[in-house]
Amino acid sequence: MPAQWIIELTVLVLAAFLGVEVISKVPTLLHTPLMSGTNAIHGIVLVGAIIVAGLPDQPIWIRVVSLTAVALGTLNVVGGFVVTDRMLEMFKKRPEPEAAKAEEVPLGASTEPESARGDE
Amino acid sequence: MSRNDAISLAYLVTIVTFILALRFLSSPRHARLGNWLGAVGMTIAVAATFARSGLHNYVSIIIVMAAAAPVGAYAARAVKMTAMPQMVALFNGVGGGAAALVALAEFHARAPDPGRLPFDASMSIILSALIGSVSFAGSMLAFGKLQELVTGRPIVYPAQKLVNGLLLSGLVALALAILIGPQKSVLLVLLIAGALVFGVLFVLPIGGADMPVVIALLNAFTGLAASATGFVLHENVLIVSGMLVGASGTLLTLLMARAMGRSVSNVLFGAFGQVQVSAEALAGANGHVRSASAEDVAVMLAYAQRVIIVPGYGMAVAQAQHDVRKLADELQRRGVEVRYAIHPVAGRMPGHMNVLLAEANVPYDQLFEMDQINDDFPETDVALVIGANDVTNPAARNSPGSPIYGMPILDVDHAKNVVVIKRSMNPGFAGIDNPLYRDPKTVMLFADAKRGVSELFEDVKTL
Repeated sequence: MPAQWIIELTVLVLAAFLGVEVISKVPTLLHTPLMSGTNAIHGIVLVGAIIVAGLPDQPIWIRVVSLTAVALGTLNVVGGFVVTDRMLEMFKKRPEPEAAKAEEVPLGASTEPESARGDE
Repeated sequence: MSRNDAISLAYLVTIVTFILALRFLSSPRHARLGNWLGAVGMTIAVAATFARSGLHNYVSIIIVMAAAAPVGAYAARAVKMTAMPQMVALFNGVGGGAAALVALAEFHARAPDPGRLPFDASMSIILSALIGSVSFAGSMLAFGKLQELVTGRPIVYPAQKLVNGLLLSGLVALALAILIGPQKSVLLVLLIAGALVFGVLFVLPIGGADMPVVIALLNAFTGLAASATGFVLHENVLIVSGMLVGASGTLLTLLMARAMGRSVSNVLFGAFGQVQVSAEALAGANGHVRSASAEDVAVMLAYAQRVIIVPGYGMAVAQAQHDVRKLADELQRRGVEVRYAIHPVAGRMPGHMNVLLAEANVPYDQLFEMDQINDDFPETDVALVIGANDVTNPAARNSPGSPIYGMPILDVDHAKNVVVIKRSMNPGFAGIDNPLYRDPKTVMLFADAKRGVSELFEDVKTL
């Protein structure tokens, strides 16, 4: 078995490649939600904060430090997901059916939206 | 299966939900669902952490979380979409701060009094503390600049780079001392304090218009800090999640710098925005400028076939996006094809302009990025520029002496007619002359963006 840090480094490098792969598919349209969404994801430090805040027999100043970390982590997680949801809710397609209708209408009826648009 | 294995498996589920959350962001249709999945994954991770054996102080942890959660939710609900960059900077900062504090607490708990931690443990604690602190302080200053609590202009002083260099060397020396010397908590506290100062000094010389790059970079920093914390605690969920954020922030940083036609190091260390209006630029600015009334422009728009709207941050500052959407709706009702051309750095963070327009109910299938729409300008009857300046400046394409030369721009000057809504002939944020305004095809509508657009709307309606 290799040392633990080598295994962890392997995981890190794989995650880096995976991250680049997944994120390069995000359109510029959604780059702000991407930033706030990844913001929420790095709130995972909250897990680390809970672990250190749960250590027994620590001096008061360390308990203050770790509970502050819990507070910051919680802000990060809750705020990040809520704000991302709020933003993504706003992204809507054109309400007029043009495109959507064309998709739904079966073959052969494709000229309909054209004439309908002319009437408007 | 032991309890620890079960917890690790729960963390694996969390990792999968985070990856799916990012994958679902590839289309606006599923993006919201993805975000929910991510939130569920985070909840699973927190619940699993509470199930760890040997965890103490449940009560105080839960009280702190219960107190902080509503604050985060309230801030996220109350923030205006124009203030989103500040909000993201703030969340970046708190995440980085948390990572640094976790490193400090873990260091104090684990460092044996005589003797030292293994090299890899010390190393990851130092990195987590260092990057997290820089991210915290840098993000707070970025927040201050964006919120205009601090001037958005670059702050420079003599020997700035020397001071930063010295501080950085000091930090490296301190880190080495912790690695090989006696491991006292006070040393790590010192390292964190120094890194906080460095974070502030690092963001000081960066101007408001360069904030998209800085925010993306700080995003990457916080991700990497979380990843380093994962090495400290030996938790893959932190390593992977942090790295995903690190990759995202890095990609966005490069993308934003490219959209400005500059290198990342030029943005960070170039103190842009310092460019003064040169005498030459002012002399050039004396060319003939045509101005038009709202009625004239309304006629142009109403009888055009294709219109492209080019919104800039000025539109958002004037809160004109709803009026712009009303104008576009009215034009479309009359059979005019209306699209929006979005420059990658329109706004104060990556993708900002899209969010602002989405908030004003502009359907996202009318929003086009630069590369998609640039070839269509020659067939466009009217390009309507609202509150955008540098991103439309043809000097970026054809005058090698210009400070923005090489920056990719929206080719509005290729349209048959150009209308620019602008308050006055004052040069833009960077103080660079824009020859577009003297192009014979261009007419200026001198007005505040909001008033100008709502006048256009009223006039188009009466036609």
